[in-house]
Formats: sequence, structure tokens, C-alpha cells
Amino acid sequence: MGKPKVGLYWAAGCGGCEEVVVDLAEDLLTVTGAVDIVFWPVAMDFKYQDVEALKDAELAVVLINGAVRLSEQEHIVKLLRRKSKLVIANGSCACLGGVVGLANFSKGIELINRAYKEVPTVANPLGLTPQSVTREGDKELELPDFYNTVKSLNMVIDVDYYIPGCPSTPELIKDAFMAILENKLPPKGAVLADTRALCDTCSRRDTKPEKISIREFKRVYEIEIDPARCFLDQAIICLGLVTRGGCQERCIKANMPCRGCFGALDNVNDQGAKFLSALASMMDSNDEQELKRIVDSIPDPAGLFYRYSLATSLLRGKIDEAK
Amino acid sequence: MEGFEPKLVAFLCNWCSYSGADSAGKAQKEFPANIRAVRVMCSGRVDPQFVLEAFKNKADGVLILGCHPGDCHYKEGNYKALRRYTLLKEVLKPFGIEDERLLLDWVSASEGNRFVEVVWQMVNNVKRLGPLPLRSG
Repeated sequence: MGKPKVGLYWAAGCGGCEEVVVDLAEDLLTVTGAVDIVFWPVAMDFKYQDVEALKDAELAVVLINGAVRLSEQEHIVKLLRRKSKLVIANGSCACLGGVVGLANFSKGIELINRAYKEVPTVANPLGLTPQSVTREGDKELELPDFYNTVKSLNMVIDVDYYIPGCPSTPELIKDAFMAILENKLPPKGAVLADTRALCDTCSRRDTKPEKISIREFKRVYEIEIDPARCFLDQAIICLGLVTRGGCQERCIKANMPCRGCFGALDNVNDQGAKFLSALASMMDSNDEQELKRIVDSIPDPAGLFYRYSLATSLLRGKIDEAK
Repeated sequence: MEGFEPKLVAFLCNWCSYSGADSAGKAQKEFPANIRAVRVMCSGRVDPQFVLEAFKNKADGVLILGCHPGDCHYKEGNYKALRRYTLLKEVLKPFGIEDERLLLDWVSASEGNRFVEVVWQMVNNVKRLGPLPLRSG
């Protein structure tokens, strides 16, 4: 029997999660020595026809990063789902919708208009915007459809495992590959990271007081941050309370607070609301006006609390217009 | 909006507002049938996720009613509710959910009249806004 066949695909995302695969460094050789990569658009020259020519379930696993925003992405992830025994969502965009999911605070058409017409540096006197179909003489040119809403991977296809992170980490990817090769995978649907909150294992945990009282939130540039003390105790918003661990504290070690890229813990439906609840209890006032003032010291709280999870949150984004 | 009967979810604290609703009932006050009451031990027990779940499950508005400030059975649960509510209101703005669709107010066990007033006002406000069109597609 030949080596297991593997595919990698990049949907709606920045490509940072492709970089993580490259960041496997020497371990990349271990992984690629053990498997055959048959599809990896960013690094190797394969065509969609090569994937179509594969037998159903011929691939052992595909690693998909990015959310789904275009019809092309939907088509390819559905194709890969059919051709692969396992699908792993790699990174926050595939798992949760990610930063690109923040686009769901707008409608698709608003984004197109903004990017092609309203941005001050754009000159577009004819008001042209991308169209799915354009006629040029007797030719018909096609572009993928731009959907109204960003979706996570599991809103489009069945996903077997999740590796969160923005980006995910080489260690988690290597562990996942090893688990597949050694047949030691956890039950389907598992998130291949820690099951505890980042706060639980944080190196600054001992400096977190029993009770935190905040009268004004600070932003990272406004104070000199003590590199050994809990961020919340310094009135800096840190999402480590409600965010899954497993990231090796990349941000904390760089003296930056957690922004929630590993997503919610098991049994939490809405990471943003959960964090809102935790943070509000630290606001040190019983007076409505004073509380409003404290809330005002958080610029764009929704964008902050839902930075990576808006597309998969309970409300999924901005509501539609009334009929 | 003509003919539209909003669905409202009301989280009522066990000690004050649920009893307030009861006293409205005992006094045979008339109040609209639009509310679905959910009894919670304290307004401070209302996780913001409950509110979002209600909206997600087709509620057009959500009320959280608790004891008056200073009267909480658990001393400060209603203040915790107030903190969450203040922040939640701000978070709901970019979702496009109008301010009047979420209300935190205080109704004591003896304030049957006040309960009826608060509910009527909420029903009228949400009637004017129409159904909540959740993001589809």
C-alpha cells in the first residue's frame, strides 16, 4: 500500500495558516516523508481536475484553512469533502469564521460598494463592481459569486477535527498528523487543542487577584504593561478567561493580551457573550451613568469580543433589513 | 405594524418580579399574552447568552426584570445584571438590534400595576419595530 494521500486548501483567509505548515521546518520533512501531498495550490502545481480525477475517499486527510465566502470555495471544499476520509479545519477562519467573519457586521453588497466606490483613494468613475458574469463580445467571462455572508467550514461541509488559532501552530499540526498516522485520533468533532481556558494555564495566573475591579479600561498603548502581571489586573482587556488554551501563550509571552483566536471552550455557545458576562462583572460601579462611562472606555466592544467568532456566534452578524 | 403580535421573552427574578407578575394575576389585571415568562432565581443569573438565544429562537424582544436596586435577595445580583445589560446594549448595536428590543427594569413583588405597565410599554415599542429579521443566508 502506498503512503496516505493528503491535500491542503486555502479558502477565505490571509494565508497565515499555510505559513504554519511551512513553519513545521524540519518536521515538514518528517510529515512529507510519511505522506503523499496530492493537492496544495499555494505551494505545488496541481489543478482542480487532478482532484476531480481522484476516487471518492481516496485522500486520507485534507487540511482546509480559511472561511467560505466565494462560490468557488464552496465548490472546492465540497469536492474535497467527497474525496477525503478526514477533513480538518485549520485555523480560526475555518473553525470559527475568523477575522474575515467580522465582515458579517456588514452585508455583502455594502462591502463591495465600500471597496470599489466609497474608499477615498478609489477612482471608479464608471462605478464598476465585480460581477459573476461579464459579456465581452460573444464571450462570457465568469468570476466566483461573492456571498452575502461569511461561513465557517462546518456550515458548508461536515468537518472531522478542528485546529484553531490565528494562525494555528506547527506543533498542533504536527500532533494532528502524527495522531492520524498512528491512528490515535480522539472522537470525531474534537478540537485538537487544550480543553482548559488559557487563563487556567497562564504563566501570569498567580498574579490574578481574587476580585478585579475596573473603573476605566486601558488600551495596550496607553500604559506601560507590566510583563509579569495579569493583564486584567492592569485594566487591559484579555480574553484568556473564555478562550481555549493550546496556543503556547504566544501573545502573552510577547506582552500582548489574548484576543480569543482559539475560540470558546466546549459547552459555550457564544464566546463573545460569555466574555461580555465575565468582563461586565469586573466593572466597578452600581450607577447606570457611571457604568456607561466605563463601557465607553472600550472602543468597539462587539468587534473585540467577537473578533474571531462572529460568523459562528448565536446571531451570526448584523440582522437583515425588515421586510 | 398592523396585525403583528410580538413574541417577548421575560426573565423574571424569583423573589420580586415573578411575584410581581403573580400579584398582577391575583388582582386580575389584564396584560398582553405576548410575553413568555422564564423564572430565574435572580436577574444576575441571566447570562447574556440567554438573551441572544432568545433572539435566535425568534423572540422579537427580551425583558429582564429584577428587584429594585438595594432590594436584591442576594444583595447585589441586580447590580451584576445592570453591568451586563449596560455592556450588552453596546455590543448589540453593530448587530443592528434596536435599543428597545432589550429592557432591564425593576419590579417588586407588590408592584402588580408596574409589571403590567412595563409589559404593555414593551409590547407597544416592539410592535412599532416589527419582527426581528435575523441574518439569513
